Amino acid sequence: MSAGATRTKDDIAAAIARDIPTGSYVNLGIGQPTLVADHLRPGSGVVLHTENGMLGMGPAAVGHEVDADLINAGKLPVTELPGAAYFHQADSFAMMRGGHLDVCVLGAFQVSASGDLANWHTGAPDAIPAVGGAMDLAIGAKQVFVMMTLFAKDGSPKLVPACTYPLTGLGCVSRVYTDVATFEVGPHGARLLALFGITRVELAARLGLDLG
Amino acid sequence: MSGAVTVCDVTAQAVEGITDGATVLIGGFGMAGMPVALIDALIEQGATDLTVVSNNAGNGETGLAALLARGRVRKVVCSYPRQVDSWVFDDLYRTGRIELEVVPQGTLAERMRAAGAGIGGFFCPTGAGTPLAEGKEIREIDGRSYVLELPIHGDVALISAHRADRAGNLVYRKTARNFGPVMASAAATAVVQVRELVEVGEIDPEIVVTPGIYVDRVVVA
Repeated sequence: MSAGATRTKDDIAAAIARDIPTGSYVNLGIGQPTLVADHLRPGSGVVLHTENGMLGMGPAAVGHEVDADLINAGKLPVTELPGAAYFHQADSFAMMRGGHLDVCVLGAFQVSASGDLANWHTGAPDAIPAVGGAMDLAIGAKQVFVMMTLFAKDGSPKLVPACTYPLTGLGCVSRVYTDVATFEVGPHGARLLALFGITRVELAARLGLDLG
Repeated sequence: MSGAVTVCDVTAQAVEGITDGATVLIGGFGMAGMPVALIDALIEQGATDLTVVSNNAGNGETGLAALLARGRVRKVVCSYPRQVDSWVFDDLYRTGRIELEVVPQGTLAERMRAAGAGIGGFFCPTGAGTPLAEGKEIREIDGRSYVLELPIHGDVALISAHRADRAGNLVYRKTARNFGPVMASAAATAVVQVRELVEVGEIDPEIVVTPGIYVDRVVVA
């Protein structure tokens, strides 16, 4: 377990892409997780799902490719790959809840050591709640990977003994990829898989968690 | 409404009879599949005190955002109101002039599917253990927690499709399909704006997505 430099967003995305099994059906959440698509190796056979109703989503559309009828979950224009399929919303979420997606990658405000996820609402009184497909994805995909910085801007840890923000799903996260470490989380707590630019002792002290 | 599909000459005819206080299902995910011409006609028609069920709560100044800006909507039921361009809704919400019910996107779709399919409710794992399940019945089934979700029926659905035939059979295009099929089935009256209207027999029955039985009015817009 080396402790070199911390990871950039692209480093984290590349690490997640490496851990996605060949031929997986994958949903990448809005925001940072979309970077994972840029790091999937050619021939990975990964099929991207977008919850607004498509399998076989291609890269962002540019120039003449832009089509108002073809957007991703972030409402940005995208392209279709050969073999793509379109379906309506009830089908799109049926395949999600029904356990047909292998992996989804989501951002988070907080993840607990047992795999609870909080990523839809800060709970601030003036915040407008908006959940989209986050709760369906969290409990539906076979594996949920979280991509985030390990510490908030104020320095507080985002991997926590118990989430204080409103929950998105219970015990649904399997792995957490961050700038300074990768963890496995679940019923037995958090287990450290890799370290970047921080020592194990320093990390454990900052998190206040038993790291297995 | 049952029986034959009405092909309307103008959008005003397509939105006739929508009453104050109606529940209106409005298609679209962002602007993809949003029936802007029908919403504009509804604004002209004047119905108010509406409950609108839609994925979002309007983008920019057009479509659903324009309906909200006119003060015609009492309550929005949606999954994702807050967006970079949802300033019309944000202002109404922050000043207490609109009610909001947030529903997970898949649950929103399934509640309308249930309505259209005659299902009185269903147990859904989404949201179990979260604030969105508060006050709802929870059932343990095979060791997993499920939330009882009830159907959402619309008085009217306003949706957009790519092509219709005169029997009301619909074909959509790419991700603009989104909520169209479930909303058409969940509303007492389904109104569809299409880019193209063709004669009966000109759509291959194998590719019909929404069969005409669910559709009441069609207008080219």
